[in-house]
Amino acid sequence: MTTTTGKTSSEVARADLVTFTIDDVEVSVPKGTLVIRAAEEIGIQIPRFCDHPLLQPVGACRQCLVEVATPDREGNVRPMPKPQASCTLEASPGMVVRTQRTSAVADKAQHGVMELLLINHPLDCPTCDKGGECPLQNQAMSNGRATSRFHDTKRTFPKPVAISTEILLDRERCVLCQRCTRFSEEIAGDPFIDLQMRGIKQQVGVFDPGVLGFGGAEPVQVYRGAQPDGTPVDAAMGLPAQDPAGPAGQATVDTSGRPFASYFSGNTIQICPVGALTNAAYRFRSRPFDLVSTPGVSEHDSNGAALRVDHRRGVVLRRLALEDAAVNEEWISDKDRFAFTWQGMPDRLTVPHVRDTLPDGTRGELRPASWSEALDAAATGLAAARAAGGVGVLPGGRLTVEDAYAYAKFARVVLGTNDVDHRARTHSAEEEAFLAHHVAGTPMGVTFADLEKAPATLLVGFEPEDEGGIVFLRLRKAVQRHKARVFSVAPFAGRGLSRLDGTLVPAAPGTEAEVLDALAPGADGVLGQAAAALGPDAVVVVGERLAGVPGGLSAALRLAERTGARLVWIPRRAGERGGVEMGTLPGLLPGGRLVEDARARIDMGAVWGVDQLPSTPGRDASAIVAAAADGTLGGLVVGGVDPADLPDPALALRAFAQVGFLVSLEVRSSAVSELADVVLPVAPPVEKAGTFLNWEGRPRPFPQALTSTAMADHRVLAALADAMDVPLGTRTVAQVHREIDQLAAWDGARGAAPEVAYAEPPALGAGEAVLATWHLLLDAGRCQDGERFLAGTAQRPVARLSPAHAAELGVGTGDVVTVRTDRGQVSLPLVVTPMPDGVVWLPLHSTGSMVRSTLGADAGAVVRVEAARLAPATTDGKGL
Amino acid sequence: MTTTLSPVLSATWGAQRPWSLSTYESHDGYQAFRKALTMAPADIVTAVKDSGLRGRGGAGFPTGLKWSFLPQPDGGPRYLVVNADESEPGTCKDIPLMMASPHLLLEGVAITSFAIGCNHAFIYLRGEVVHVYRRLLQAVEDAYEKGYLGKDVLGSGYDLDVTVHAGAGAYICGEETALLDSLEGRRGQPRLKPPFPAVAGLYARPTVVNNVESIASVPAIIGKGVDWFRSMGTEKSAGFGLFSLSGHVVRPGQYEAPLGITLRELLEMAGGVREGHELKFWTPGGSSTPLFTAEHLDVPLDYESVGAAGSMLGTRALQIFDETTCVVRAISRWTDFYQHESCGKCTPCREGTWWLKQILHRIEDGEGTREDLDTLLDVCDNILGRAFCALGDGATSPITSGLQYFRAEFEAHIDGAGCPFDPAASALFPYTPRRRPAALEGASAGTAGA
Repeated sequence: MTTTTGKTSSEVARADLVTFTIDDVEVSVPKGTLVIRAAEEIGIQIPRFCDHPLLQPVGACRQCLVEVATPDREGNVRPMPKPQASCTLEASPGMVVRTQRTSAVADKAQHGVMELLLINHPLDCPTCDKGGECPLQNQAMSNGRATSRFHDTKRTFPKPVAISTEILLDRERCVLCQRCTRFSEEIAGDPFIDLQMRGIKQQVGVFDPGVLGFGGAEPVQVYRGAQPDGTPVDAAMGLPAQDPAGPAGQATVDTSGRPFASYFSGNTIQICPVGALTNAAYRFRSRPFDLVSTPGVSEHDSNGAALRVDHRRGVVLRRLALEDAAVNEEWISDKDRFAFTWQGMPDRLTVPHVRDTLPDGTRGELRPASWSEALDAAATGLAAARAAGGVGVLPGGRLTVEDAYAYAKFARVVLGTNDVDHRARTHSAEEEAFLAHHVAGTPMGVTFADLEKAPATLLVGFEPEDEGGIVFLRLRKAVQRHKARVFSVAPFAGRGLSRLDGTLVPAAPGTEAEVLDALAPGADGVLGQAAAALGPDAVVVVGERLAGVPGGLSAALRLAERTGARLVWIPRRAGERGGVEMGTLPGLLPGGRLVEDARARIDMGAVWGVDQLPSTPGRDASAIVAAAADGTLGGLVVGGVDPADLPDPALALRAFAQVGFLVSLEVRSSAVSELADVVLPVAPPVEKAGTFLNWEGRPRPFPQALTSTAMADHRVLAALADAMDVPLGTRTVAQVHREIDQLAAWDGARGAAPEVAYAEPPALGAGEAVLATWHLLLDAGRCQDGERFLAGTAQRPVARLSPAHAAELGVGTGDVVTVRTDRGQVSLPLVVTPMPDGVVWLPLHSTGSMVRSTLGADAGAVVRVEAARLAPATTDGKGL
Repeated sequence: MTTTLSPVLSATWGAQRPWSLSTYESHDGYQAFRKALTMAPADIVTAVKDSGLRGRGGAGFPTGLKWSFLPQPDGGPRYLVVNADESEPGTCKDIPLMMASPHLLLEGVAITSFAIGCNHAFIYLRGEVVHVYRRLLQAVEDAYEKGYLGKDVLGSGYDLDVTVHAGAGAYICGEETALLDSLEGRRGQPRLKPPFPAVAGLYARPTVVNNVESIASVPAIIGKGVDWFRSMGTEKSAGFGLFSLSGHVVRPGQYEAPLGITLRELLEMAGGVREGHELKFWTPGGSSTPLFTAEHLDVPLDYESVGAAGSMLGTRALQIFDETTCVVRAISRWTDFYQHESCGKCTPCREGTWWLKQILHRIEDGEGTREDLDTLLDVCDNILGRAFCALGDGATSPITSGLQYFRAEFEAHIDGAGCPFDPAASALFPYTPRRRPAALEGASAGTAGA
């Protein structure tokens, strides 16, 4: 795709190339290339607004007009009568294109369109967020008139309309390029905005009866102004609680007051070529030229989306998507984009803390301490705890590769234990065997590109939008562009699956393994369809939740074996894959080496410079918590773990309170750090350099964005090891990398495939149901703290029951149901959903629905369901 | 040379209840369709091609050629869509035709559908004309009852359904691809071409979109033959057409005549410009075609001659304006229409018409400047050929041609600080303007100028 001068492409490739000229420069491009793209290839910039390489051409703004001549049948080059939009015109052989650089006609056409775009534009650049990085501003300078001839009245609209709590729309700034509406329709598939009215009144908006002039409709809700210092804004800001125009059925209950809410809406702000779409939090906060930009990688999920972190004087002000064709293309989720405030909350830990011991020997208060005092206290305490039953390590699932490596090595070398497990979630021995067999130490297998190309994808224990983020966008691209089919083994078809035109393979929680084994060609209905679609190019995606289903991962391996489909594990958290590779699992050393394998231990011992490594697999996270609670373990080292994410939060809190010695490495004050004996502050991702390993197994390195004195976990652990007189050698990223590089790929035995039998489905008594539950993308997680505008776009927590089950309870959509265990109860509005009878679904970790903490139960557990006796707390309280 | 009228489409308009099926049948109605059913579909297409029939909706694209662009049948559906969204200011031929002779259109639809292999045809009607909608619906119902539509039409084994759809009142939906989007239930805005409707039209299937008058001309071509059709009109503009005279003319109405007739001849038939007045300017084909003046009275009204004279035959909507008419006011009102009807998709039309409207109103109100006239022309130049569809181009025609012929009148508005004309004088009925020019303040509210 460059100039042909000196090009030595093969004849075969040449057949698919189209050669033509732009501004007298000969250029060869693949057939089907748009002229505007071909011009980019040779460095000719044609101004444009509506054109976007990842969206379908629309030709609406007319800014990219060029003069074109094409050869007729006899080969005479004849000029086209009108200038052509280069964003919709495919290059053809012998075409002669003249851009504004060599054609007065094209130049005049572009100047003319630019002048027309500006007549109704407010030219409020000095107060506009986009000023300084605005394609309209820039191209008005490069391809516009210096002065305007427009002396008349500009069209105006009331100032911004909040189209969600997150996104504000200034309609008079809009040039109606339709990038945002096309993104919503083509990419995300949740068209929450569209064009309305026509002509000069044409505007982008949510479906708004006020704008459309429906009889009796209230005028459009207008945003009343944000406080530049970030103080709380009037609660009435944004949307009405219920959209009067929204459907009265399920959708209004299910979403944030609107029939549609989008997890990807932030992308529309970034692709807006003017300042029409702005973010409620960032609006009026800074000028682009005051910002320092650093590349980053999202810490929120296992995709490793490329980010640009924009900061000013040590404060992150916004995050944008960076282009990475292999991973996130140009899109990120709203969580990736907006959830960064957690790193700078007032509860940030900046200095170490040590807990005083009172004269009577009881535990006193935590107080700030110097690093040397804290490290000494931690070293002394850990040495004693090691002697008193040993120390368990819970690093958490959000670590970089470097940090995970340090934890894995610290546990084995310093603490002499294999009691290390990063899985702060549902987990099982079967899962660890699966990871050892199928994931750890394997090169990059299934990639984003493979998901896009796969003719069929089967999802098991994986909700594509809520647990996949941008995986959903790639799957949707596969469906839209390549007519791929998506199947999902789940209790019901969620919003994500329906936008993938997906096929539900219904399964009650706990029965997934049986369903997978029943997928056979010729089987009835969707089972047979799914089996027929699975073949060598197909992909089976298993989510981390499948670990909670006995036999689930075993069945997934059998299915992949049987059909030839490729199997990929997509966990939620950014540090999961890195932890598996670096050995923060009780039975795994770095690179897929098994703890039980003597050769592997010798291998690792040589790199780590120790004679002996503990030879028996350690306790998993649940067993570590249990052993700490009952006093078997003498101490714990805990990283970024929220007790609410552990399978039994109540037991975990008891363990952290009772264990002999607790060291907490935390970014912010947490339930763990408050119970710790020594708290060592560590750096959040934005204040350290490191590498996330995404679910593909692709390293996603990122530099340190902010200048900071905070230290990464690996450096803190190195200091702690020093205090314990054991050299850990993980002071710097470079040191860690050198050590990892010394490890050759493991060519020894891999773990055996798990063969776990199904559990018997539980017998349900009267009023009982099996619990289905998973995380929503936006929920009550601590990494979304401090971003209330984002929280406003989260789906409302609801409970789901089948129609028959709801009828049996005498409740319907909108009624409140209570889900109860011996530990506690959760009451939520009900949405009647087509799903298996005897199953109730709750969001796992949303406000008002903390399933593990409140119910002490997880997916597959038997719970009691009943119509609520009392109305639930109103949703306008402080709780939200 | 005297050209005479050639009533073909309008032949039965004077009959009793011409819209009824029995009247239509008694005038050889549906005989051409019976004949067509005995022909090979390809022969029908060839006949229409040979006849030289050109699209009567304005652009004049050869109808038969358009049909022949359809790809080879692939077993899937193909559609005929009749564009009955007649909305151009001054154009008033399709609506009277469907009002008086709906079965003529249906017979054309039936023959065309049979020729192109279509089993489901659509008539997209301008939504405001409810009376025509009712008449079409009745005609379709009657045709089903008599077996001209439905399963196994006239025992031929051919199936045809016809759906009449009423639009919601947007000028843009007369643009064929916007019409298709609207018909599919989407926002009516023009589509990117290619793919052209012949390849991917309605529901992404091969589709022919034709004007009402084009389709209504087909039965006569099949019934009376290609040579008969070609005997009328000119070499390149064969056949006949409805010429709609309106405005300052003694007998306004539909005059069906061979293409190539002149306005002078038509005016003679219509009794001339209203008494005591003389022709000032006229449109040959609706407001989107550049204006003509009295010097163009002898331009033959065929596609080539009108084009050579600097305008377009368009829809043969001849709006006649006498010397009482303020050309600035007329153009300003047309521009109001284009501004109101711009669909908003592309920048030049959406923003440009908004600008043009404001400048013209300022000039009319005496607040214009000489610079405004240059700006008007330059803005038109920036719209013409830069807009997404032809409707943007149409908006510039009255302005550029108006300035070409009547620049002095524009300047008079500017220099004289207002409009020198009395709007009441040009009205054909008692009329009191809402805003009277300052110069006429105190003068008596005029009555009809005649």
